[in-house]
Amino acid sequence: MKKLLTGNEAIARGAWEAGVVVCTAYPGTPSTEITENAAKYKEMYAEWSANEKVALEVGLGASIAGGRALVAMKHVGVNVAADPLFTFAYTGVNGGLVLVSADDPGMHSSQNEQDNRHFARAAKIPVLEPSDSQEAKDFTKLAFNLSENFDTPVMLRITTRVAHSQSLVELAERQDSELKKYEKNALKFVMIPAYARRRHVAVEARLDKLREYTEATPLNRIEWKDTKIGVITGGVTYQYVKEVLKDVSILKLGMSFPLPQKLITEFSRKVDKLYVIEELEPFIEDYVKSWGIEVHGKDIFPGIGELLPETIAEKMGVSSSEKKALFKAAESAALANVEPPIRPPVLCPGCPHRGLFYVLKKLKITVAGDIGCYTLGSLAPLSAIDTTICMGASIGTAIGMEKARGKDFARNLVAVIGDSTFIHSGITGLINAVYSKASTTTIILDNRTTGMTGHQDNPTTGLTLKGEPIKEVDMALLAKAVGVERVVIVDPFDLEKLETVLKEELAAEEPSVIIAKRKCALLEKDKVSTPHTVSAETCTGCMRCMRLGCPCIVKDGKKVRINPTQCVGCGLCADVCFSGAIQKEGTSNG
Amino acid sequence: MINCILAGVGGQGTVLASKLIAQTAMNRGIKARTAETIGMAQRGGSVVSHVRLGKDVHSPLIPLKSADVIIGFEPAEAVRCLSYLKTKGTVIVSQKAIKPVTASLSDTDYDGNEMLEYLRSQVSSLITVDGERICAQCGSSKVLNTALLGAAISAHALGISLEEMERTIKEKLPSKLVAMNLQALYTGAQGTSKENLQ
Repeated sequence: MKKLLTGNEAIARGAWEAGVVVCTAYPGTPSTEITENAAKYKEMYAEWSANEKVALEVGLGASIAGGRALVAMKHVGVNVAADPLFTFAYTGVNGGLVLVSADDPGMHSSQNEQDNRHFARAAKIPVLEPSDSQEAKDFTKLAFNLSENFDTPVMLRITTRVAHSQSLVELAERQDSELKKYEKNALKFVMIPAYARRRHVAVEARLDKLREYTEATPLNRIEWKDTKIGVITGGVTYQYVKEVLKDVSILKLGMSFPLPQKLITEFSRKVDKLYVIEELEPFIEDYVKSWGIEVHGKDIFPGIGELLPETIAEKMGVSSSEKKALFKAAESAALANVEPPIRPPVLCPGCPHRGLFYVLKKLKITVAGDIGCYTLGSLAPLSAIDTTICMGASIGTAIGMEKARGKDFARNLVAVIGDSTFIHSGITGLINAVYSKASTTTIILDNRTTGMTGHQDNPTTGLTLKGEPIKEVDMALLAKAVGVERVVIVDPFDLEKLETVLKEELAAEEPSVIIAKRKCALLEKDKVSTPHTVSAETCTGCMRCMRLGCPCIVKDGKKVRINPTQCVGCGLCADVCFSGAIQKEGTSNG
Repeated sequence: MINCILAGVGGQGTVLASKLIAQTAMNRGIKARTAETIGMAQRGGSVVSHVRLGKDVHSPLIPLKSADVIIGFEPAEAVRCLSYLKTKGTVIVSQKAIKPVTASLSDTDYDGNEMLEYLRSQVSSLITVDGERICAQCGSSKVLNTALLGAAISAHALGISLEEMERTIKEKLPSKLVAMNLQALYTGAQGTSKENLQ
C-alpha cells in the first residue's frame, strides 16, 4: 500500500517497521513530528525527554539493554547531546540506535544553520541522507541494520525540505522486535580510560570497514547520462538536480560519511567536468579536493541558506526562455515599485507573553532572552529582548552581564525563559545564579506548553507524550529547593501587579524567580470569547495600544480599530488605553 | 503536471489546504509532492506551501516561473510569490488584506488594493474571491482555505473535481467541521469573479 507521508511521518513509520521499541526526542523544528507520529504506534514506547542529552541517554540505555532505539532532534539539539554521542560512538550498540539530526538550512525556525555532517565525522559514525519520504523510511530501516552490523550509532541526517515535504511511500509490516540478549560487558560499556583506549582502536577499525561498505552499497549510485558534466550530490539537493539538470550524470550519495573514495574517483575520471552540489558546507567537496580531484562546488554555489532549484539552474547556466521571462518579471515589478509589506511572525492575539514584554519595554529593562515563542518579543514594537543564543542561555547570560558590569546594572536586568526551556537547561543556570551569588531576576514564562514547536507536553504540564497524566514539576518549589528564596507567581495579564513585582524583585540583592503563569492562547482557542471594540468617539488616536504589537489592532486613519474575527478578548489593549475607548463588545462606556 | 503555490499568513490554513489537494490527487491516482512552512513563520508570518501533481516531479519545491496556479490567501502574499508563476498562469486570490503589525506601526497604509491592482496588471488569468463574505456566510473565519480551494477547482486550475475534494474533506476533517467546510467549498466555487480572462 502506498501512502502520502511527510519525511518525518516516514521516519516514524520506518522505525516502527524496523521493530524499534523506544523513541525519544526533545521537540525542535523541523524534527518534532517524527516523535509525535512515533507515539501513535502502540508497540513503541515514545517520550518527550527533558532535553536532547537525556533523549540520547535514554536511547542509548535502551540500545545497551538490547532494544532498537530512535532518537530525534533538530540540528542544534545534537550540540546538547554531543557529550553522550561522542562516547557512545566508542562503546557501540547492542540493539541498533539511529540518531535523527534534522538540519535547517535557511533557518526557517532556528538560530543557526550548522551542518551536522561535521558532527558525524567528528564522532566517527556513519551518516545516511534521504532525499524524499520513501528514502526517509527505507534509510531509517537500513540504518538500524547498519547500526547493529557495524556496532555503531548511525546518524540519519535530514533537512527541512525532507522533513516537511510529502511524497508517496510504500508501506510494509513491522518486523520482529525481539530484544537482543543483555550481558554485562564492562570492557565495552564502561568508558574508563583503560577500556576507552581499546574502544578507540575498535572505532578506527569500524571506520575502515565502513569505508569498504560505502564503496559497494546501493545507497551510493551512479545515474549515467551525458558525461560532459558529472554531479555529486545527495539529500534533497539530489531532487533539485534531477529537476533542473536533465542531461547530466549524477553520483547520488545516500551515505555521506564515510565517503566512497574509489567510486568518486572512478566517476570523476569518466566525466569531463565534475561538480559537487551540496547545501551548506563543502563537506563532500573538501574530501574530493583532498584526493587531488579537480572539482567545482562552493566556488560557484552559495554556502549560506537553502540551495534552491533555481539557484542550481542559474549557476549551471541552464538558460531558457522561461528564465529570461523571469528576469523580465522581476524588472517589471521593480519598475512598478510594488513591494509587498514585510510580514515577520508575531505573538498571537491573546498571547500571555505580550503583557510581560510590554512592561519590560516600558521599564527599559535589559533582557537576556531564550529560545521559544517569546523570542518574538524581540521584534518591533515590543523590541524587548537584548540577547538570544541557545536553549537555556538566558540565566547564564544575565549572570555574566552582572559579573561584568556590577550590581547596579543587575538592578535593571532580567532573564526570561519558557517553562519547557527552563526544564531543558535553565535549571542549571538558576543553580549557578544562587551559587555565584548573583542577584539575577529570572522570569519563567509558564504558558503550560511547549508553544513554538506546536504544543508538546513537558514535565511541567502534567501529561506525557502518550497523553497519560503525570505529576507536574512544581517550578516554584524547584526554585526554592535550589536556594532561591524569593519566588513569586503572577498573572502576566495583570499589568499593574506585574510591574510592582518586577520592581520589587529587581531591587532585591539576591536571586529571585517570577513565574508569569497563563495558558497559551492557542490552547484556549475553543473558548468562546467576546472581542473588544474601539469607540471611535472616545479614541484619542494616541496609539498607545499599538505598542502592544497585537495583530488585531489596526490603524484606521488617525485612530485604531480592532479586527473582531481575530480578537480573543484578552483585554490587554483596554488595560493600556488611557481614554477608556476600548471595551468588550456589547458593553458601553461608563 | 500541475504546480500550485499556496501563499498566506501563518494561521490561515495553507498547510491543511495543500494536504487536501495532494490527498485528492492521490485518491485519483495522481502522484503528489508537497512542501510546507512549519515553525516560527506559522505565528502570523508569511507562509508558502508548494504542491506538485503528476509524473516526473522530483523537487518538492516548485522552481521559479513554473507554477500553473497561485492560491493567494491574502493579496500581498500572492504578490510576494508572483515570481513563481508561469507566463499565463492563474492566480486565485482572497481580496481581504491582512495588515502586518509592522505596516500598522509605520505609516505605510497597506490596504491590499495596491497589491490587487498590481496583480490585475501582471496576471492574465486572475480570479478574486470575496473570502470575508464567504467566511461570514459559513459562520467561521477558518474556512477561507476551503473556499479558495472551491474557487481554484471551479477554475479548473487543479485538475480535480469538487466532488473529489468533497470526499477528501469528509475523509480528512473532524466530522463537526465537515458541513461548514463543504458549504465554503461550494460557495467558493460559485462566488468568484473572473478578471482579466482574455
